[in-house]
Amino acid sequence: MGPITRRLASLEKGRGWTVFLILTAAFAVGVPLLNAFAPADSALHVPTWVVQLMGKYLCYALLALALDLVWGFAGVLSLGHGAFFALGGYAMGMYLMRGIGDRSVYGNADLPDFMVFLNWKELPWYWWGFDQFWFAALMVVLVPGALAFVFGWLAFRSRITGVYLSIITQAMTYALMLAFFRNEMGFGGNNGLTDFKEILGFDMTADATKVGLYVATVLFLAASYLLCRFIVTSRLGRVLLALRDAESRVRFLGHSVTGAKLFAFTVSAMIAGIAGALYVPQVGIINPSEFSPANSIEVAIWTAVGGRGTLFGPILGALTVNGAKSFFTGVAPEIWLFFLGALFVVVTLFLPKGLLGLAATVKGLRRPTLPTPDTQPSGEKTHA
Amino acid sequence: MPRRPSFKLLLALALTAMIGAVLLVSAAAPARAADAAAFEAAVTALDQKSFGDKAKAVDALAALGDARTPQVLRALSAGQLVRHKETGRILIAAGGTLTDAATGEAVGPADGAPLAKIVANNQIRTQIEAALGAFLLFSENPAERITAARQVLGNPTPEAAPALVRALDAETDAGAREALTRALAAVQLLGGGTAAERLAAVETLSDTNDPALKALLTTAAANDPDAAVREAAGDAVKAIDTRMAVLEVGQNLIFGLSAGSILLLAAIGLAITFGVMGVINMAHGEMLMLGAYTTFVVQEVFRATLPPSVFGLYLVVAIPAAFVVTGAVGVAMERGIIRFLYGRPLETLLATWGISLILQQAVRSLFGATNREVANPEWMSGSLELLGLSLTANRIVIILFAFAVLGGLAAFLRWSSMGLNMRAVTQNRRMASAMGIPTGRVDALTFGLGSGIAGVAGVAISQVANVSPNLGQGYIVDSFMVVVFGGVGSLWGALAGAFSLGVVNKFLEPMAGAMLGKILVLVFIILFIQKRPRGLFALRGRAFEN
Amino acid sequence: MKRIRSLIAGALCLSGVAGLAIPAQAAETIKVGILHSLSGTMAISETTLKDAMLMLIDDLNAQGGLLGMKVEPVVVDPASDWPLFAEKTRELLEKEKVAAIFGCWTSVSRKSVLPVVEELNGLLFYPVQYEGEESSRNIFYTGAAPNQQAIPAVDYLMNELGVQRFVLAGTDYVYPRTTNKILEQYLKDKGVAADDIMINYTPFGHSDWQTIVSDVKKFGSAGKKTAVVSTINGDANVPFYKELANQGIKAQDIPVVAFSVGEEELAGIDTKPLVGHLAAWNYFMSEDAAVNDAFIKKWHAFIKNDKRVTNDPMEAHYIGFNMWVQAVKQAGTADVDAVRQAMYGQKVPNLTGGISEMLPNHHITKPVLIGEIQPDGQFATVWRTDGLVAGDAWSDFIPESAKLTADWTYPWVCGNCEKPTYAQAGM
Repeated sequence: MGPITRRLASLEKGRGWTVFLILTAAFAVGVPLLNAFAPADSALHVPTWVVQLMGKYLCYALLALALDLVWGFAGVLSLGHGAFFALGGYAMGMYLMRGIGDRSVYGNADLPDFMVFLNWKELPWYWWGFDQFWFAALMVVLVPGALAFVFGWLAFRSRITGVYLSIITQAMTYALMLAFFRNEMGFGGNNGLTDFKEILGFDMTADATKVGLYVATVLFLAASYLLCRFIVTSRLGRVLLALRDAESRVRFLGHSVTGAKLFAFTVSAMIAGIAGALYVPQVGIINPSEFSPANSIEVAIWTAVGGRGTLFGPILGALTVNGAKSFFTGVAPEIWLFFLGALFVVVTLFLPKGLLGLAATVKGLRRPTLPTPDTQPSGEKTHA
Repeated sequence: MPRRPSFKLLLALALTAMIGAVLLVSAAAPARAADAAAFEAAVTALDQKSFGDKAKAVDALAALGDARTPQVLRALSAGQLVRHKETGRILIAAGGTLTDAATGEAVGPADGAPLAKIVANNQIRTQIEAALGAFLLFSENPAERITAARQVLGNPTPEAAPALVRALDAETDAGAREALTRALAAVQLLGGGTAAERLAAVETLSDTNDPALKALLTTAAANDPDAAVREAAGDAVKAIDTRMAVLEVGQNLIFGLSAGSILLLAAIGLAITFGVMGVINMAHGEMLMLGAYTTFVVQEVFRATLPPSVFGLYLVVAIPAAFVVTGAVGVAMERGIIRFLYGRPLETLLATWGISLILQQAVRSLFGATNREVANPEWMSGSLELLGLSLTANRIVIILFAFAVLGGLAAFLRWSSMGLNMRAVTQNRRMASAMGIPTGRVDALTFGLGSGIAGVAGVAISQVANVSPNLGQGYIVDSFMVVVFGGVGSLWGALAGAFSLGVVNKFLEPMAGAMLGKILVLVFIILFIQKRPRGLFALRGRAFEN
Repeated sequence: MKRIRSLIAGALCLSGVAGLAIPAQAAETIKVGILHSLSGTMAISETTLKDAMLMLIDDLNAQGGLLGMKVEPVVVDPASDWPLFAEKTRELLEKEKVAAIFGCWTSVSRKSVLPVVEELNGLLFYPVQYEGEESSRNIFYTGAAPNQQAIPAVDYLMNELGVQRFVLAGTDYVYPRTTNKILEQYLKDKGVAADDIMINYTPFGHSDWQTIVSDVKKFGSAGKKTAVVSTINGDANVPFYKELANQGIKAQDIPVVAFSVGEEELAGIDTKPLVGHLAAWNYFMSEDAAVNDAFIKKWHAFIKNDKRVTNDPMEAHYIGFNMWVQAVKQAGTADVDAVRQAMYGQKVPNLTGGISEMLPNHHITKPVLIGEIQPDGQFATVWRTDGLVAGDAWSDFIPESAKLTADWTYPWVCGNCEKPTYAQAGM
């Protein structure tokens, strides 16, 4: 085994790799196969709309994973991750919008409908290049990354931590939401970007495109998971953990706290951007409400429900909460908020380590518990 | 598209003819009793389908000059005039009882009677106002004469000049004289006077800040046949504009204070629960909402059980009621959930977010998803003029109320023994506990206090905004901004934060628009926090690190 | 070890989601989807429409149903979350196999649903007044287009009230933007100078109107009769009107004509200071028509509260649902393509005593009413068009859209074309 293989193998303990590969294969290959080959009336058949729905949830899962990297490992609770997600989404939306071409309502190949409508004569400079996929794909990671870098640099340098950081990230996403609402911004105002026709030349309404997007999401999620695991098992990851638990001590020991946090925050924002970019073609619309402060709080909740500081927990949390949301808004539309609200209260009160913690506890009844990273940062323990 | 240009013309003609007639009649013999049958016929004629015919009928009724005319016209204007679907009589439905419009006889209760409303529109209301103005110019009561003169001022017509002159001649009351002089000036400027009279009129009116009179002067500056008048009017308009520009700064300041007072009220409760206790209460907005709904319930109880005369007091009752209700919810939240999460502020955030969802849905299930009406009581409606600034009553009350709440709270924390305990627990929990302070109880009561104050803020907010299950959502981010900007844990920080944000916002708004103004304020806060991570009024000391 | 267990738990959880896919049991019912937000910011307006739909369906079932089958409402909650609207539409069409969907309120929710109904060939009945500039083969627009609300209202202001100066105030989103753009062009065509038009946009849920109302007051003091044309969105209206009242702006001085304020919105305000301000709609609860009285009575009985009001979007659903029922009966099936063909030219009574017709551009004919706010929170009609006005999908006052035609019958068969497509209808 070469050093790289060894490093890779070290990412997961025990049967972790096996399970990871099985799950990835099940989602990336199994589901599309069931979609394509299982007879439509059999119980095993997965209709395309369910595939698409799962794709949407997996985008949320990717977003939650991104948050876990900064919250679970660096102790930075960003309540503005929805902003990075939305920015990535907008970058992708702009590419898709340009791809509509002259099939738009007003038939103008050079300008999106809403610009024609606002009497704009030419494409604003910040839309240049978005007709190229490679450029849009670059922006999907660069724009959220740059914002996170600047914001994080300002915030971490001033040693803004804990709830203060959470609150100014809320202010950030709120300000962006208001900005994107403005029609003069040139991003379609409240209606956002919609009515997409094709992606990379593939018809967006074709089943194959939908399944393709779903598979891409699974693969990105798997790759991001490995990337995050790589980071947290590296030297840097240990510094992150340390500063999560006792920031001042890490500082005294001579580590660059700002640099470590900034790195994690920026990478996390980029992953969130990718999640947004995958989300938009699957739901068919991106608009400023994705920036709303409440959305970012929800991401934190998915992460907490699954179990933060575990990387896998947030994925599980995002799938569970969103699955429950879809289910309850269908069967109990009048009272689903009671369920959702109660879920959050119960999880925080009784499952401080989330669903994964619960699984560990159940197992712990039979076997001695494995040492797990302390998910309870002591830095936050001080009262007021 | 059908158009009826003739209607407007007709109305104008009718109006002119009518006012002329009324003024003639009323000048000769005010409040003459018309023939009973003629009066009844004129009243019955008001029930017309077309507004053109209705205008003519109003005209005819006013021309009769009967003493009972104002009452009938006022009822029509107020939407109280009805036709009994069975008897066909025209009735006045006011205060739950019916009176025959023509004979003045009481007919019985309005409840359940088959009534068809006789509707007035804006034109008819304007017409009625003018007609009543002419009537009341010669009223016995000076206050009514002043009102009448103001009405003419608000709606000057050249035809009103002779009556005004006569009324002015007979006038003895100083206040009424002044009002009449101004009204006459306006009428003369509009074309009812000679060039000299118009010039004098410009002089009389030049000290005004009233937009309507400024409009009159602007018209004169452009259209008056006499050059001297045009020039004088032009100068007057310029002077008014200069004055207005100065006033605008004052006005923005007041708008800012008023916006800030709402922010302050919304944030004070949070300054306690978040600032003092370190609990991020995402359900804080819902406490505001519960306060507003409590106001609604108290109002409904007042409407249902108490006479209308004391209705205006419902707000006074709503304040303690809201405090108790939301305070109790707060204590329940603290005891039931939050106390298990102390030391884990981020978990508290998630749990209280869940609570906020539950509370919203609970209110939605209980009261419905639609807005609820909370009326402004009489004493909080309207506006008053001060140094040319128009101050709306409800805003002033809310500004004063915000100060009162803040002052009361500060006094409570400073001087009461409970306040002392709260400060002790905040500053050093273990030490306080060692001194025998029941920290658990203090925690619960502090949280209850913060929530209760949020409820009280909800009472104020119900006066200016929607009372709906979503009410709280609109305030939560702003409240946090105020507390963080002002300095967590400092009441004075909340005060300074709220008012500076309010004022900055209001000065930005005319320049940048409401949306951009708000964005700029948010960006400013984000940058400010980089410079002073602990806000304007930072508490210092080891206990506040971390 | 721990991770493995939890991974498996996750997989199980996901398969639960997949379990949603099991097709619903076929039953002898016709399913109708109701897609209105029951939570979130739009619940305020949309909940009522859900109830109205349930009432209409109940009523139909009490009369024996449709084609010998019961109509079954499928209510879902898109929670004022626009992507969730798309997801729920997909669920309604693919899983529940509904024959038609009645839903949406905001433009953005409709825009989010549009690609889905087009892809899956569903039918959406959209009951709210909107900005036009759209005609989808899969959406029937039963609310007013701008020419059925805004233009007649401005005509009224100019011709009847002699207004020469206009404040166009709106919330910053597509409906006010479009309406104001159309109105601006229309006013300029009518000879109103650019200086006499003030346009102002505010964010959603704007609650502090002090500055804007005082600006309006100033704008109105230029010596010409001034009116405000308000496209301010639902929630922001209450504080707006409260501020108007407080600053003493009376309807006789500066009337406000609103396109988004109906009985339901007024139910949250003390209307006494607002008497005389105007609204333009295609229906008022106060309309004197036997069919309206019956509708109100039914509504009060259904909702078990005789204080509840009715409003224009409810009437739109009433018209849309009855048209759909008639079309299903005529087609003899609830199949979407057959029903769509049967929809064109379908005539049903509206609640103002007239007969509305479905046009080939998927809009309907409606009367336009101008009403003044009364002290009891109702409107009194002060003006109405002589006949019904046909809804225009594409405004004549926007150059890019004036040249477009929407007509889904032969030979056009197109929602936005400059030339007929001669496509086979139903393609």
